[in-house]
Amino acid sequence: MKRTKLFPQLMRAAFLSFIAALVILPLLATFLGGFKTLGELRAAPFGIPSEWSFTVFVDILTGSAFWGYLRNSLIISLSAVVLTVLCASMAAYVFAQIRFFGSRYLQSYMLLGMMFPFATAIVPLFFQINRFGLLDNPLGIILPQTAFSMAFAVVLLRSFFQQLPKELFEAAYVDGCGYVGFFFRFTLPLSTPILATVGTFVFVQSWNNYLLPLVVLNEQSLFTWPLGIMQFRGEFIVEWNRILAFVSLTILPALIFFTFTQKYIVAGLTRGSVKG
Amino acid sequence: MTLTTPAGPPAARRRPSGFARMRTDGSLTALILFLPPAVLLFTLFVIWPIFSAVDLSFYKWNGYGDVTNFVGLRNYEILVKNSIFHQSLFNSLKLLLASIFLQIPLALVLALLLYRKTSANTAFRLIFFAPYILAEIATGLIWSFIFDGDYGISAMVANKLGTEPFYILADKQWAFWTIIIVVVWKYFGYHMMIFIAALQAVPSDLVEAAEIDGASSLKTIWYVKLPMIMHAIKLSVLFAITGALQVFDIIIPLTNGGPSNSTHSIVSYLYTFGLARMNVGFGAAVGVVLFALCVGTAFTYKRMAIDKGGQL
Repeated sequence: MKRTKLFPQLMRAAFLSFIAALVILPLLATFLGGFKTLGELRAAPFGIPSEWSFTVFVDILTGSAFWGYLRNSLIISLSAVVLTVLCASMAAYVFAQIRFFGSRYLQSYMLLGMMFPFATAIVPLFFQINRFGLLDNPLGIILPQTAFSMAFAVVLLRSFFQQLPKELFEAAYVDGCGYVGFFFRFTLPLSTPILATVGTFVFVQSWNNYLLPLVVLNEQSLFTWPLGIMQFRGEFIVEWNRILAFVSLTILPALIFFTFTQKYIVAGLTRGSVKG
Repeated sequence: MTLTTPAGPPAARRRPSGFARMRTDGSLTALILFLPPAVLLFTLFVIWPIFSAVDLSFYKWNGYGDVTNFVGLRNYEILVKNSIFHQSLFNSLKLLLASIFLQIPLALVLALLLYRKTSANTAFRLIFFAPYILAEIATGLIWSFIFDGDYGISAMVANKLGTEPFYILADKQWAFWTIIIVVVWKYFGYHMMIFIAALQAVPSDLVEAAEIDGASSLKTIWYVKLPMIMHAIKLSVLFAITGALQVFDIIIPLTNGGPSNSTHSIVSYLYTFGLARMNVGFGAAVGVVLFALCVGTAFTYKRMAIDKGGQL
């Protein structure tokens, strides 16, 4: 380490704190906003509430809509995670472990999925989901979500599976363990970090997804929380303290969860860019 | 998200590949059990809709009954002549420029300041990365409060100065700036993380050698660190391109494309004029154009910037 002088150090700290304030202040205003009356919110949007009012939080938390939205989002996101991790790891295992005719083409085919956002196909996707009778059905979100996460998941998992020691498979094979058995007994247990990365990533995408539920769901009792929050805003258009309280309640659990799983998310983001 | 082509088949078991071999060694069972779910889901919900979009884009259809009203390239003609669509293309371009000239430089500076592993650095990184994790919808809502003329910043300033508040979200000239600000706010941490990972992978003896040779820290950055993470920067630009083309969720709560349709992105344009109004064929045509733009720019950029460098 070089010895660093005081002045540049101070400049650095000031700059970082400034950027951090720009990030934190909007979030802080949101969290505090729910505790304020409308009048105070208008007068001092960023200040500490002079009187902490809990009514809007109590209203939201005792109503059924909020919990319904969270439950729907949780069911959909967790299902998408399980389905993606399962299907993608099985496919990735085949690509990594078994040589067969067409493997290369099939992998390029799956890679196509990483080239475009699913908004491009949202119109026909709507009719495809309708054809399967999955409109207003959580499966109508879970299946397309899984399909669109598949390419990324397969690529990450395949490259991980390929790095597992080959000798392990040889040894297990000699001992009578087949391809299928090896996958469940060795490959999956040895790959928990990458499975967590893929799982967290799919969870974030699914949890935050807005366009797909917007198109698929019409019935309010099935709404995921991003739809619910927009619905809520429509109802309380100028009651910003209610809206901010609702936003706080939905982003707080997410922020806490994602703070703890951050390393998996970052691993997923950067794996490709560093190794190339 | 890698963009590399897949590696060849694993060289683990160099035995003649063939159907008979696969039947005897049991790999065929695994193939039949393991491959179809992923391939089937992918085909039904990703590939099929894309092809279907191309087909639908030649029809005028309101979503009910049979698709019979073939109109050829009409939908594309309307699209090419539509000034709102031009505006949404231009908006995507503005977002891209903001990404390249504001977001990525900021992310780069922060990454250079924070890539060493200390607890203070980790805390800053966590803060800067937090917006990326927030849902776009929540982000848009939070900022629509901040920019609201009756509350938020504008109301605060107006109160202090005793002037009329500025309703920036309803201002045709300035509304898109709010979207640029929010996009930069939300994604700079993402680019920063990519750069940090790349900087941490730079061999430390290289940096030390430069420092022993008496290079100033600016020179070390310019001649050693930046060239070593060039591949990450190029990838970041690629993500910025694809990102700028697909902004949607942020715009809906902020401006909903308004005022007078001046702040649409391509996707919000697609949603508003295609899907919400059940102009199925037209929406499909916008989707096809978006697809072509994504794949086209990604391919061109990859060929021009990334493959040529030979770093990937």
